[in-house]
Amino acid sequence: MSRLSSRIAVPLAVAVLLGASALPVAAQGTIKIGEINSYKAQPAFLDSYKRGMQLAIDEINAAGGVNGKQIELITRDDNANPGDAVRLAEELVSREKVDVLMGGFLSHIGLALTDFAKQKKVFFLASEPLTDKIVWQNGNRYTFRLRPSTYMQVAMLIPETVKMGKKRWAIVYPNYEYGQSAVATFKALLKAAQPDVEFVAEQAPPLGKVDAGSVVQALADAKPDAIFNVLFGADLAKFVREGNTRGLFKGREVVSLLTGEPEYLDPLKDEAPNGWLVTGYPWYGINTPEHKAFLAAYRKAFNDYPRLGSIVGYSAIKSLAAGMQKAKSTDTEKMIAAFSGLQVSTPFGMITYRPEDHQSTMGGYVGKTKNDGGKGVMVDYRYVDGNKVLPSAAEVKKLRPAD
Amino acid sequence: MSAPSPLLEVSGLSKSFGGVKAVDGIDFTLAPGELLALIGPNGAGKSTTFNMVNGQLRPDTGSIRLEGRQMIGLTPRAIWRHGVGRTFQIAATFASLTVVENVQMALISADAKLYAMWRRARDYRRDDALELLEQVGMAAQADRPCSVLAYGDVKRVELAIAMANRPKLLLMDEPTAGMAPKERNDLMALTKSLVVERGTAVLFTEHSMDVVFAYADRIIVLARGRLIAGGAPAAIRDDRRVQEVYFGTGRTFERHTATVVPAAPAAP
Amino acid sequence: MDALASFVAQLLNGLAGASSLFLVAAGLSLIFGVTRIVNFAHGSFYMLGIYVAYSAVAWLGRGVGYWLGLALAAIAVGIVGAVVEMVVLRRIYRAPELFQLLATFALVLIIKDAALWIWGAEELLGPRAPGLGGSLPILGRAFPSYDLFLIVIGPTVLGLVWLLLTRTRFGTLVRAATQDREMVGALGVNQAWLFTAVFALGALLAALGGALQLPREPANLELDLTTIGAAFVVVVVGGMGSLPGAYIAALLIAELKAICIWLGVVDVFGVTISFSKLTLVVEFLVMAVVLVVRPWGLLGRPQAPPRVSGAAEAPLRLGDNLTTAVAAVLVLSLVALPPMTASQPYVAVLAIDILVAVLFATSLHFIMGPGGMHSFGHAAYFGLGAYGAAILVRAAGLPMEAALVLGPLVAGIGAVVFGWFSVRLTGVYLAMLTLAFAQIAWAVAYQWDSVTGGSNGLTGVWPAAWLAGTRAYYYLTLTLVLAGAWLLRRMLFSPFGYAMRAARDSALRADAIGIDVKRVQWVGFAIAGLFAGLAGSLFAFSKGSISPESLYVGKSIDALVMVLLGGVQTLAGPAVGASVFTWLHDTVARNTEYWRAMLGAIILILVLLFPQGIAGFVQQVVDARRDAKGDR
Repeated sequence: MSRLSSRIAVPLAVAVLLGASALPVAAQGTIKIGEINSYKAQPAFLDSYKRGMQLAIDEINAAGGVNGKQIELITRDDNANPGDAVRLAEELVSREKVDVLMGGFLSHIGLALTDFAKQKKVFFLASEPLTDKIVWQNGNRYTFRLRPSTYMQVAMLIPETVKMGKKRWAIVYPNYEYGQSAVATFKALLKAAQPDVEFVAEQAPPLGKVDAGSVVQALADAKPDAIFNVLFGADLAKFVREGNTRGLFKGREVVSLLTGEPEYLDPLKDEAPNGWLVTGYPWYGINTPEHKAFLAAYRKAFNDYPRLGSIVGYSAIKSLAAGMQKAKSTDTEKMIAAFSGLQVSTPFGMITYRPEDHQSTMGGYVGKTKNDGGKGVMVDYRYVDGNKVLPSAAEVKKLRPAD
Repeated sequence: MSAPSPLLEVSGLSKSFGGVKAVDGIDFTLAPGELLALIGPNGAGKSTTFNMVNGQLRPDTGSIRLEGRQMIGLTPRAIWRHGVGRTFQIAATFASLTVVENVQMALISADAKLYAMWRRARDYRRDDALELLEQVGMAAQADRPCSVLAYGDVKRVELAIAMANRPKLLLMDEPTAGMAPKERNDLMALTKSLVVERGTAVLFTEHSMDVVFAYADRIIVLARGRLIAGGAPAAIRDDRRVQEVYFGTGRTFERHTATVVPAAPAAP
Repeated sequence: MDALASFVAQLLNGLAGASSLFLVAAGLSLIFGVTRIVNFAHGSFYMLGIYVAYSAVAWLGRGVGYWLGLALAAIAVGIVGAVVEMVVLRRIYRAPELFQLLATFALVLIIKDAALWIWGAEELLGPRAPGLGGSLPILGRAFPSYDLFLIVIGPTVLGLVWLLLTRTRFGTLVRAATQDREMVGALGVNQAWLFTAVFALGALLAALGGALQLPREPANLELDLTTIGAAFVVVVVGGMGSLPGAYIAALLIAELKAICIWLGVVDVFGVTISFSKLTLVVEFLVMAVVLVVRPWGLLGRPQAPPRVSGAAEAPLRLGDNLTTAVAAVLVLSLVALPPMTASQPYVAVLAIDILVAVLFATSLHFIMGPGGMHSFGHAAYFGLGAYGAAILVRAAGLPMEAALVLGPLVAGIGAVVFGWFSVRLTGVYLAMLTLAFAQIAWAVAYQWDSVTGGSNGLTGVWPAAWLAGTRAYYYLTLTLVLAGAWLLRRMLFSPFGYAMRAARDSALRADAIGIDVKRVQWVGFAIAGLFAGLAGSLFAFSKGSISPESLYVGKSIDALVMVLLGGVQTLAGPAVGASVFTWLHDTVARNTEYWRAMLGAIILILVLLFPQGIAGFVQQVVDARRDAKGDR
């Protein structure tokens, strides 16, 4: 056995060593974008995100690149671990010599990269992570963020929620920062608009492990008029099925965060609820020219429909390209200057990166869900511009540390 | 043959398990340098008695005094510190240490150096350990791992370990179990010589009657938790009660010993 | 009285939950009982069960075909289990204890990527069960009829398996093997086939548990890891090898969760307590309490001392000239590394991660190898060291240098407290108690927003200015890791290290020569915690941030994998294993899309090639050469 082992082991070890020492070939005259994300841990969202990025890169390069250079995208999988993410950021910066960093889906990784950008003075565009802290409490001059934050997602829902005029609310959310801050924002904004509101039940199951039967029953037993839901993914599917079976949603309004995004609505299939007030992405019905062009290009490239992740990935690359064009460089300081107030055309229309907190004004669609013959869709939706739900510059200044 | 001041003094010792009296008020003493055998049929309470003396079991009533000091309530390791060494029915040594390191381990413990974290253990009183191994005839194998030794040799190493802190009393639970007849005699002869040389007392249980009668100075006999006899081997051999309890009437020890096979080692 | 009705209805929910939990746990218990394999892939079998059931039902339709589909899924995964046992596990039964864990860890990675490849990333919600899709009015509430079915199915399977175990020859053998592995050999039974059959049955039960969840939750790629933890808890709380115990434990945990959810948010004397949030960690709290009170679980019996099936460990030898020379060359090249790789600055970055992993793995090896204490929660001390340092810098405003000294002490104190309880147990119970403590520590870090930053963790934990450069930090790490590893090694050759090994080899003998086994183990545990904490503190400052992952079970498993991969019976093992694993992880993840499966496959190959671990293998070769030269 041991003889055999050494006979196989030595060549194996040599092969692996050789494979690893192959150095990346630096292409001349390209701009490198280093992208870090939890591809294997969050594939449902990030596969379409990656496609969105690819589409944008292809479009830009086909049109001659940026500042006369082609764009190269180098992606890394952080294994959903902030420690790995920081190491990969170092690798991208020191070994691949990328010009800018972008990425992040999970909030804690987004924050770790935000802090890394500040420490190492690298330009970082946080594309996906939702936590408010990236641009507020932990914000810094090196970091910008594209996707509408948790606060914005909740704030978009508030006007319609207030119109419902419901008094007794039950709340269910995944027990981690995203859920907690969404609920805190929801409570604060709703209470401000409707002082007599009551929160009669609150369930915070662990992320990915909701005991749907018990939770649904506990919410029903509190006899609320309406429910605010922050669950998503597998938790959402379990919650919806139990809720339907147990009649939780009968005669009750439901306000639900992100549920209209195809990533979360499509897997519900014939279980998709009717009449929930949600944020989301009704790709099938957005008739703006920007979106039509994007949709056609995306379908042509991938023979599939886009998800919200595709919009984010696409717009993130487009943002970086626009920033580089405006800066006429990829120099960090020039990029920071260029991104302040940068206007970018995205499938959702024109967005602006606000100088006061580096948050883009990309908004989202608010509408109602409908079970359309065994398939969930959004109806009666409208686009809410991010600028309308963001706090003023003066308020933001209080939240954000001085640079 | 009892000495004026006994080394070990056991009195009124009792232990019940779920209402069954395993040991029922036994008394005995042990003088320095004496080899005392504790015998009796299976289930007589030998193991229970033994485990109470070494501290593994706490008696319900009674006292166990070593040089006048009460031992009840002490842990086995505390009793060891008072000078009681022991060997096990299935020899227990440290398999990943060498033979000499096994003995050194006992010396380290005897000197209360267990928590020393800087010095090298392999140099610790190595000569003393080798001397002990010399006495049990294992010096030549000092640097072999204990895991590769023959069983008889493991027993010798165990004896050396047990003798390392110069115990006043050595407790041996079936010392020759699982050994061939030749090895048995060698081991007991070795024990006897060590004991004589160092003045150590020995309390041992044993299945093999030829070993008992050949090496014990004195024998006590347990039956159903009570001591039924005690005395010199010759007296015990002729004791009618012992013969009755032990083997039924009309049989002699000699005839029986020929058929005694050491019990298969059971899990301790 | 509606509150009462609500409570009773929640208990019913708990019953349904208990059935699901029990089905997975039953298979795990059987497998561990007979083969002593800590099967990390059990959750993966569960996940496969629900995925295969999804496909089978889609294929067979929604009438009788539905139920046939569920059964087929269970059988198919049972066959997968049998194949895994025959192809992989059978080859490594004689490896050192726990080594099989490595193989099952590799399987988790491979199965996960295979599922992603076959079924895609989107979660797949199966159709409702035919005839049981609706609800019945119970206590004034709509109660899903499928949940009633589940409530019945748990005890039914318990009964069937019980009959199998008590009324058949196979069952007799399984029970005999659970009591004493060697007895089976003595009974003249072909042990290989018994193991295969048990492994297949266990996988089948896991898959059945998964398949039966099809109407209740979507098939998704997280199910393997969310399931395996809960299954282990149930098995251990119930008592290893006791199926009724597993059912009781499942019931206890499921009901406690239901009650926590029923309580919701409660004001107690003006303090608001969210019992709902407690469901994050309730099973581990239960396990910690049960194991502290009943060291062998609710219905378990004291375990026979584990028998080492592989070769006994060789005595420790001080390095000879060759070893010293190799070590010297290694240290010198590590010192020369940054200037030599100046054109590739990433090498130093990766080297820092590797060095931190080396110290972490070496500290685990200290108690796991020589100490014989298989900690499944060693990340607790890594994380405490990291959080300790981070909090001292961030909240207490201490300079980084002071935090680097005090951070490990925090971990050491944690290890003193957790260790005191843990060393009272042995074997897998000790492993699971350390895991429970680590998960509780994780839950605290995950929830205590004001101090630990909650699930986001803490950022802004950077080294002092003079250490901020990669090269400076590399030398700091190198110095501390080498010093730490050398100190741990030195201790292993000291009387204390010998005492620890003595206590592991024979607690009985150790006790009989005056060694306080528990105390020696406790001190060893604390020392290992201290050095793991040093690794954690170094980690925090190298990343600038710290998050709950650093004390999550995944981190503990990484450490186990490193130690086993390198070889638990050699002193260089953990260092080799940590280097190889960290480097492989980095390389494979950067160069392959399906990197998890690739990493799993490489580990599997290494496992089959080097059943003694990589360093163990090298040592074997060197020893063989030496013997051949006639040294002895």
